[in-house]
Amino acid sequence: MENPYMPYPVRIDDIEIATEDRSLKTFKFVFLNQGDEEKFAYHAGQFAELSIPGVGEIPIGIASSPVEKGFVKFTVFRTGVVTSHLHNMKVGDIMGLRGPLGNWYPWDKLENKNVVIIGGGFAFTTLRSSIVYMLDPANRSKFKNIDVVYGARSPGMLLYREELFEWEKRDDINMHITVDGTDDPSWKYHKGFVPQVVEQNAPQADADTYAIICGPPIMIKFTQPSLTKLGYKSHQIIMSLENRMKCGIGMCGRCNIGKELVCKDGPVFTLDEINLTPKEY
Amino acid sequence: MDTCIQKIRELAADLLERGEVEKVIGFAQGTIPMATSPISVGTKQGVDNLVFNSTCGLNLANFASRQKGKIAIIAKGCDSRNIVTHIVENQLQRDQVYIIGVPCNGMVDKFKIAALFEDEITGFAEDGGTLTVSSSLQTKTLKKQEYLRENCLLCTHKNPVLYDVLAGELVEEQVLENAFPDVDKIEAMDVDGRWQYFQRLTQNCIRCYACRNACPICYCPTCFVDEAGPQWVGKGQNKTDVDTFHFLRAFHCAGRCTDCGACVEACPMGINVRDFTRKLNKDALELFGWEAGLDISKRPPLDAYSPQDPDDFIK
Amino acid sequence: MKFITIDKKDWTKGIDNSRKTYQLFGPVKDEKNGCKITKLDTNVLPDMDYHESVLSAKSVLFPQTETILTTSLNESVEEHHVMKRAKNDYTPRAVLGIRPYDAKAIGLVKLNFDTKEYRDPYWCDAYEATTFIGLGITRPGPFDFSTSVGCGPFCEEGLDILLADLDDKYLAKVITPKGEAYAAACGFDTPADDKESQALFDILRKEAEKNISTSVDTLNLKEKNLLDLHEAPFWDDVAFACINCGTCTYVCPTCWCFDIQDEAKLKESARFRNWDTCMSPLFTRHATGHNPRGAKVQRVRQRFMHKLKYFLDKYDQGIMCVGCGRCVKSCPVNIDIRQVAHTMNTYEKKD
Repeated sequence: MENPYMPYPVRIDDIEIATEDRSLKTFKFVFLNQGDEEKFAYHAGQFAELSIPGVGEIPIGIASSPVEKGFVKFTVFRTGVVTSHLHNMKVGDIMGLRGPLGNWYPWDKLENKNVVIIGGGFAFTTLRSSIVYMLDPANRSKFKNIDVVYGARSPGMLLYREELFEWEKRDDINMHITVDGTDDPSWKYHKGFVPQVVEQNAPQADADTYAIICGPPIMIKFTQPSLTKLGYKSHQIIMSLENRMKCGIGMCGRCNIGKELVCKDGPVFTLDEINLTPKEY
Repeated sequence: MDTCIQKIRELAADLLERGEVEKVIGFAQGTIPMATSPISVGTKQGVDNLVFNSTCGLNLANFASRQKGKIAIIAKGCDSRNIVTHIVENQLQRDQVYIIGVPCNGMVDKFKIAALFEDEITGFAEDGGTLTVSSSLQTKTLKKQEYLRENCLLCTHKNPVLYDVLAGELVEEQVLENAFPDVDKIEAMDVDGRWQYFQRLTQNCIRCYACRNACPICYCPTCFVDEAGPQWVGKGQNKTDVDTFHFLRAFHCAGRCTDCGACVEACPMGINVRDFTRKLNKDALELFGWEAGLDISKRPPLDAYSPQDPDDFIK
Repeated sequence: MKFITIDKKDWTKGIDNSRKTYQLFGPVKDEKNGCKITKLDTNVLPDMDYHESVLSAKSVLFPQTETILTTSLNESVEEHHVMKRAKNDYTPRAVLGIRPYDAKAIGLVKLNFDTKEYRDPYWCDAYEATTFIGLGITRPGPFDFSTSVGCGPFCEEGLDILLADLDDKYLAKVITPKGEAYAAACGFDTPADDKESQALFDILRKEAEKNISTSVDTLNLKEKNLLDLHEAPFWDDVAFACINCGTCTYVCPTCWCFDIQDEAKLKESARFRNWDTCMSPLFTRHATGHNPRGAKVQRVRQRFMHKLKYFLDKYDQGIMCVGCGRCVKSCPVNIDIRQVAHTMNTYEKKD
């Protein structure tokens, strides 16, 4: 087996400023070595360690989708040593990518089901990966109804804006885009927090519907009751957790919640799995 | 000092019963010979767990601040001086802590006693100034005075300097002709000799930070060695990084250290951590006439400027 | 499996012979703190009469600071910014005089570093290169509670050779092919009768086990409910004295947590890993400042829950402790795992 600590060398192919306050940037990476892309084959929901030699590594959810070939995309929030360094890098710079790591959204369980995707802020990355995957012509027929609730503080803070508006026009997906508030008179979507928009617009639960939530702890905390009101049971609620990580392969012992390691047994857990763990996340 | 324990328990029980304090922080008997463990007692029944003997070498002032409500604390001479420092440095309000002062005749040097035995010590008892120490191979009777910790041998503040009540009779303070013979020994070495001395001192350090965490005056929310943005010191076993931790920590304690010896007591590798701070304590005394924690109204010399500060190092 | 006797007069010559093909590690007395397990330089012999070492033998496979990857940041060099595996030394090594509990601990740590999904090449390559020559403990110390955790003073788990000290000679049980190879490298080849030798080992083991004076009770931990133990009210008392240093985790042979850091100097950079401790306040602190275990009691609880419950439930191989007693001896504030285990083991949730 190869060295799981060794990143694949990649080159920054494109950098996009993702939000109006410039705190988030979307990086597009291409692999330097032929064959590494196949080795990196991933599923929507997984993450990877972005590795900058001499600086460090950070675990980031994969924003591109397995159906998008030739590159891998990540949207990164600038908050610490490594992310600040990354934000200052340029197209053409070389760094490393280690992964794919973690488990993924349970795609086989979701076949022939309705899927409700709920995201907040910049935790939407793996949800983008999931939506692109589901909407791909090769996959769309595997799923029944798709509903998406995605909210951010303001229109300029929504990630992947152009794509969101494109999806909104489609009739094979129901988009419920919301912002906490805006002064923009041309804003034609929802205004309000994600939990309320979920309660008002998400479909009622039934045996064939699953909800995937990804967002800041506070959003998840207030969205859960909304889902419960709509009848979702804990095995139907799928969540993606975060934790401080270093190795990403379940060995350094840092990211555990009880006996689950978020990097290896997760980051995707159902609510009933999480209910069996101590509340240390 | 052995008789103090009855008084300590009475005082503690009384304080808890009257509701004057929420908790009494003291020592409990350890689960292994020569060990005691800091505990916090919240009920009158719990005071029987309190002990006080010659193995209470840690500094309880370490546990004084960041407690909820008013607490009582058992304080020997050095501990009380650290409480004074905490009050001066705004880590504690005077009315948050009820100090049960204990005049102290010194704590035993556990490493020195352990070195007398080929195998592990399985029993330890003290009766007045006599220690009975046993292992599976032999039993020895020792005079406590001959096995005091180095800092206790040089102590000139055995009595608490600040207290609400005393749990025992004041003891006679010693007057020393030379309070820093250990520093003199190192100062007598040439530069290479001193460098070798300190290199040997840190060679077994495993960066556990027990010394820092047992020290009552190391209370920074994020210690400089843990800081990551920017990172000042490497976290690995690079010799320079290990040395930097010790030297820089000593400087952060300069003028504030009371030589309580908790750092040495806590170190699992037997490093004489005091060697880093002793010279700085000597300098504080000689340059500023300063000993830490004696006066609740004065700030340590490195905290405050006075035109009288010595300046003959400015050439 | 075979038995050989090694006359102590031949011991030094034999192990010096093995230096041609093995790097040697073993216990060396330190003037200040008793004993360390360390690399043996050419003229240094292992101290086979030692008692417990302060640190365990885990550093042989898992050094406290280990470089794992290196990179050149010099853009004029080919493959700059591409990481390469660090050149560490995996030539065969032998650890002499390791305690049986330290050897068993290596087996427990292996569960972490060698999994179905991933193999840590640094630890595993070191493990494959290492031969463990254990020394049975005839006089267990007062901190040794290995028999109550599935180990013991003459336990063979994880060992390639087990030595019994018979005053003027060692009786060696050569357990694995690696052990045979090492014995051959030393030139130790005086055979001993199989049946008699095994019988002698059994007697020595029983005698030694009689001398174990302490234990830990853990039999009920498996059936206890994980969340009940986690929410139990006794953790505040357990955690009060803790000063959150890393002593218990660093001396423990079964603790394996580590940190990964990069350092750069001029145009060279390296990624290395260091021992880290769950007792550190920063261990779980997110970049955003959120810290799931920001309070001391949460960290103390994590350590004991991991060792005595999470590991037990996850791997079903007993608790994550081999009873060496080092944490009990070295903890600056005398927090005793035997006491905590007892508290957990006897805990009944009050409704």
